[in-house]
Amino acid sequence: MQVQTHVDIHSEWGIVAARQAGRKLAREIGFGSVDQARITTAISELARNIYLYANKGQIQIEEVTSSGKRGVKIIAVDEGPGIKDLRRVMEDGFTTSGGLGAGLPGVKRLMDDFNIDSELDAGTSITAIKWLR
Amino acid sequence: MEETKISMYQLYKDMLTSYLANKSEHALYHAQQFSKEMMEKDMSPEETVSLHLSVFQELAEDLPEEVVDSFDILLEVMIGYGLAYREHQSLRDRQQQLESELTVAARMQKSLLPHGEISLDSVDLGVISVPAGKMSGDYYDYALDEHGNIGVAVADVIGKGVPAAMSMSMIKYAMDTLPEQRTQPGALLENLNRVVERNIDSDMFITMMYGFYDPNNHYFHYASAGHEPGFVYDAVKDEFRNLEAKGLVLGVSPKVRYFPDQLHLDAGDFIVLLSDGVTECRVDGEFIEREQLVDMIRKYKHLTAQEIVDEIFQELEKAQEFQLRDDFTLLILRRKV
Repeated sequence: MQVQTHVDIHSEWGIVAARQAGRKLAREIGFGSVDQARITTAISELARNIYLYANKGQIQIEEVTSSGKRGVKIIAVDEGPGIKDLRRVMEDGFTTSGGLGAGLPGVKRLMDDFNIDSELDAGTSITAIKWLR
Repeated sequence: MEETKISMYQLYKDMLTSYLANKSEHALYHAQQFSKEMMEKDMSPEETVSLHLSVFQELAEDLPEEVVDSFDILLEVMIGYGLAYREHQSLRDRQQQLESELTVAARMQKSLLPHGEISLDSVDLGVISVPAGKMSGDYYDYALDEHGNIGVAVADVIGKGVPAAMSMSMIKYAMDTLPEQRTQPGALLENLNRVVERNIDSDMFITMMYGFYDPNNHYFHYASAGHEPGFVYDAVKDEFRNLEAKGLVLGVSPKVRYFPDQLHLDAGDFIVLLSDGVTECRVDGEFIEREQLVDMIRKYKHLTAQEIVDEIFQELEKAQEFQLRDDFTLLILRRKV
């Protein structure tokens, strides 16, 4: 049975709880301290985005395995306003110039796999995986 | 990758050991050099912090728990720096790509301007055009028709950079479609005005002066669309007069009439056309006066037309510490015989 955690994000407490869950799982899987910090930073950014732009949403954290590799998968789901121009938010310097932190390009860099789906007025779903080397 | 990590670990360990043993400047210098290597190997700040801790833990046994734990905070902070560093790298790559695109565009733009020398017994022609950035919003042209008439033009797109350059190429293409109006300055500007008015935003406009010299009767016919006045030099009186004609800038209104004017040139007389980048040069923080420009032209008037414009550009460029604020175009047409 694979570990799976759901954390509701409607306050900064939720962000901390999601980080904690992510770090715990990453450590258990065997990630080193640098990768643990990267994974938690990615969780932070995704959770903050939910908190800031969608008010409410969820972070799911689970272990994944694929062709013998193990990894941590983060799924961030919200029912917020959605993102109008995905290409722009994935552009370096677009969100960060406003002082919003690492932004989605940062999350993509911290993790190995990254996928985003968004629908206007319906919400956004982001999946990111870090594989253990 | 693993191999690099191991060798980096060993190098870092040697470096730290040596520093802890004798605190020498030499070891610090070594560390400075080492940091370049780490950046070349794409090592992030957080990896460096982690490397430091693991090496340190090996060298100094039984590190207090607080020291080890404190690295968690440092690591967390460094992740942010690492991201900023990577973003910076990717933005720098993108900038390089944009730069090289601009270089190609600037080369294309240059090819739109006339290159060949016109060497004639009747006139001496010189022109210099230098953009403030990579691309220019100034346009110039000179051309000889089958009757020996020499047409000259200088246009200035209000604005700079790529948008100005795109408008400038429009002027070039429009000019190419109007060969029969090269000896009708008023009609030429009227047609260009229609093209410009239809094709550019209302907040952009273009000024232009066009004229042609007829070597058979020695008249220079010209018209202006709100362009910076040029000069006419009278060799006998050794006097400069303004060369201007009334007319609205291009692109403001679809139906504008331009009324050409004409003047007679004696041997040695010359016409000066310029863009406002010339008169907006600043020397000691002040725009140069037109009289100052006249003094400079007079100083070099014994030279050929090309030498005059080159000398003036060099002098003004130097006076502004090699920083052009606007595109600079200066053209001189002198009647030789």
